[in-house]
Amino acid sequence: MPEMIINGLAVNFRSGETVLQAALAGGIHIPALCHHPGLGHFGSCRLCLVEILAGGRPGLAASCSLPASEDLVVETGTERVVRARRVVLGLLLARCPDAKPLLELAENLGAVKFTPRPGDPGCILCGRCVRACRAVGANVIGFAWRGRDRRVAVPFDQPPADCLGCRACEQVCPVNVIKVVEDRGRIRIFPWQSEIEMAYCRNCGAAIGPGVQAGRLQKRFPVEGPLSGLCPACRRRFQAALAGGLVIQPT
Amino acid sequence: MTEGGIKHRVESGRDLQALEKKGLELLYPGRPRIAVAMASCGRAAGSGRIYESIGDELERRGLDASLVPAGCPGLCSREPLVTVLEPGKARIYYSGVQPADAGPLVSALAGGEVYQKRALGAEVEDRLVVTGRQIDLGPPPGNLGLLADLDFYRPQVRLATRNCGCINPFSIHEYAARGGYRALAEALAGDPSGIIAEIKKSGLRGRGGAGFPTGLKWEITAGSGHDEKYIICNGDEGDPGAYMDRSILEGDPHSVLEGMIIGAYCMGARHGIIYVRAEYPLAIKTVGHAIAQARELGLLGENILNSGLSFDVEVVMGAGAFVCGEETALIASIEGHPGEPRPRPPYPARQGLWGKPTCINNVETLANIPLIAGRGGDWYAGLGTAGSRGTKVFALVGKVKNSGLVEVPMGTTIGDIVLGAGGGPDGGRKLKAVQTGGPSGGCIPASLVDLPVDYESLTGAGTIMGSGGMVVMDESVCMVDMARYFMTFAAGESCGKCTPCREGTAEILDILDRITQGGGRPEDLDTLDELSRVVKDASLCGLGQTATNPVLSTLRYFRSEYEAHIKDKHCPAGVCRNLTVYRINPELCIGCGLCAEECPGGAILGRDDQPRVISQESCTRCGACYRICPQEAIFFTGRGMPGA
Ligand SMILES: Cc1cc2nc3c(=O)[nH]c(=O)nc-3n(C[C@H](O)[C@H](O)[C@H](O)COP(=O)(O)O)c2cc1C
Ligand code: FES
Repeated sequence: MPEMIINGLAVNFRSGETVLQAALAGGIHIPALCHHPGLGHFGSCRLCLVEILAGGRPGLAASCSLPASEDLVVETGTERVVRARRVVLGLLLARCPDAKPLLELAENLGAVKFTPRPGDPGCILCGRCVRACRAVGANVIGFAWRGRDRRVAVPFDQPPADCLGCRACEQVCPVNVIKVVEDRGRIRIFPWQSEIEMAYCRNCGAAIGPGVQAGRLQKRFPVEGPLSGLCPACRRRFQAALAGGLVIQPT
Repeated sequence: MTEGGIKHRVESGRDLQALEKKGLELLYPGRPRIAVAMASCGRAAGSGRIYESIGDELERRGLDASLVPAGCPGLCSREPLVTVLEPGKARIYYSGVQPADAGPLVSALAGGEVYQKRALGAEVEDRLVVTGRQIDLGPPPGNLGLLADLDFYRPQVRLATRNCGCINPFSIHEYAARGGYRALAEALAGDPSGIIAEIKKSGLRGRGGAGFPTGLKWEITAGSGHDEKYIICNGDEGDPGAYMDRSILEGDPHSVLEGMIIGAYCMGARHGIIYVRAEYPLAIKTVGHAIAQARELGLLGENILNSGLSFDVEVVMGAGAFVCGEETALIASIEGHPGEPRPRPPYPARQGLWGKPTCINNVETLANIPLIAGRGGDWYAGLGTAGSRGTKVFALVGKVKNSGLVEVPMGTTIGDIVLGAGGGPDGGRKLKAVQTGGPSGGCIPASLVDLPVDYESLTGAGTIMGSGGMVVMDESVCMVDMARYFMTFAAGESCGKCTPCREGTAEILDILDRITQGGGRPEDLDTLDELSRVVKDASLCGLGQTATNPVLSTLRYFRSEYEAHIKDKHCPAGVCRNLTVYRINPELCIGCGLCAEECPGGAILGRDDQPRVISQESCTRCGACYRICPQEAIFFTGRGMPGA
């Protein structure tokens, strides 16, 4: 396997991997916020900065989007890196002074203090939800405006009709500002305000998932007969029973 | 304005000669030729009406002359500009021409005379840079100096702008007559790697800002094996105050096209895109016309000049943001995505438009290509300095007498450009600073007028070459306010994708706003310095990486001005209104009352020939009284200064 140098240590990497991936695999911790292993490069938060000493353009680079390569030599804790990271974290904290994950990071890494700017809804604009929705959801989340006015938004700021309710956005949000409320057979996702009816197992009554998504799944991978409309647990039980030669009448 | 009558495809050197011959007949007709500078700058000065008036006047007198539009010859501050060429005589440049001048100008022409009132200078020869050929026009009139001897033109060597202001930009024939498309024909007969070698030898570096060696970029793109490749001409030109690229696109579109076709041949691209900012309607029209003409003649399309090369070009209008000039954002916007940059690598030369290898070059870079292909790398490298070869076009604007476009060899000093060609600040004021590189550049203090303009020297002085904007500032400019202006631009144009650029520029702007309004704190300077360094270090794209140069450079060279704002609540230039208090010195005031007449707020009290007093409650601190006072009895001081 090819090697590169991180903090003076030789670290293996597979071709196509980034410096961040190589570091993690080699047991070297680099803080990161906008990066998500399943969502490709984005490089927006700039927390994962490392300093390139050789083998690339000297200076700081975001390790999450820097391809690992054989002659690359980087450091993760130089004065320049630390200074930049503290300022970046401080700027994010000024935006979202109450975000717990940021406060924890600041405790560990230190952060420069800036005047907090109230009015932000707690979002750090890392774009993970936007990318997750594009990758596995219905691509209904995007960025609007630019500069400091930039925000994550849904089309026309209306509850997005196409939202599947897959909750991928909620899952990837590093600062937990996307909230889901379940209420009488429906879920509502905030701040998008989308409202999705849930589908329930016709055997045990447990929630299977959002109705739209269940409907689409049924269309793509049709399940007919006794196994249709079941939650995974009931389906497995039924499958086992069928294999045993039993004929099942749904209750 | 457009020319019809193109008969058939250009397939050989002989066809090209026919094109050239017709062009020479147009450039040097056996009758007077009048060209009106009608680029955007000329039109803004009213050249459209001049063109019509001269046309009417020619018709009225039944004078047989050819009247054509031309691009901008550079001296924008003296527009409207008109040139007149009579057979066997020197070409006469007229400046500041008004519609009322049409009559006397045409009658002077009818009598074979020079219209002295507006005459600027004479040109006795035309030099065709591409071929090195010289065409003698005729002797200059006795009482008119040479254009080349004017301060503005003396330091200039016009390569990229070789045809601007000279040819009719709607005529492919006139372009050919100046040696156009010859380099292409020669290139297509040779080996692509040979041309790339010449470009490498020339030392040409990208004129779009980053200064990347063009030959190397072409070589990498050529080597990116793929059957589909693109070449993009970057004409987004978003720097406030810069308009070199607009002028080239409007005045000599074929030079850029020819550069692109040569590039296509060298790199194996089949498709080209000229990305022009939407705010340049005339450039879009001119380029569109040039493309149609080239296509009609077979210089674009299938099997160009029977070489087997197939290449076509389309125009894409810019998406209206400064950041769309950044190459990855530009590509995103062509693909229909928001104009936001992405991390590099992969560089466009490997993975660009639609994921295919893409070469992005600036307008001026491409306009230089036919010259290098035609005359060789060594010839081009003979101009400029070791690290910065050739010439660079600068847009000289701001507080300078001769504003306009100047093209000088790299290594020319700031002083030769600003004080020499530019004539220095107007009204006898002293030069204070020069901002190069627009919002991405820094401020050089007047003490550095001997600094040579090349990539390394400028970077060493804390600024950048950028695309060639050069804003001249005199003593009346407040450097803190200037930094605030550029940060307003950067914060407003930041796409907001990455944290340092989005939050950092806005934070810096907040601090500068506060300082210029009198709320500066002693610790602000350290915060500004640290923030500016981190934004520069940590941002995702070139916008953030250069956005704080105006702050860093003014902190470096004009720190005392920041300190005056913060400690003394004093703006030494009197620009920051919240800090400035105007007073009248009763010893000097003669009670003329001019100040009271000028004051928009009725803030000046007193009557007859008594000394006047300013009511501080009503004063808006606009400074009108200060400027009008014939006795210099009005002065200003800082809010926090003794006596304020
Ligand atoms: C914010 C930003 C704006 C830019 N705007 C322009 C522009 O208007 N025109 C241009 O040619 N290059 C611009 N560039 C530089 C391009 O990214 C790219 O380097 C250039 O077009 C490459 O051409 P060259 O090598 O011929 O200079 C800009 C870069 C940044 C970071
Ligand atoms: S994790 Fe690399 S930039 Fe955000």
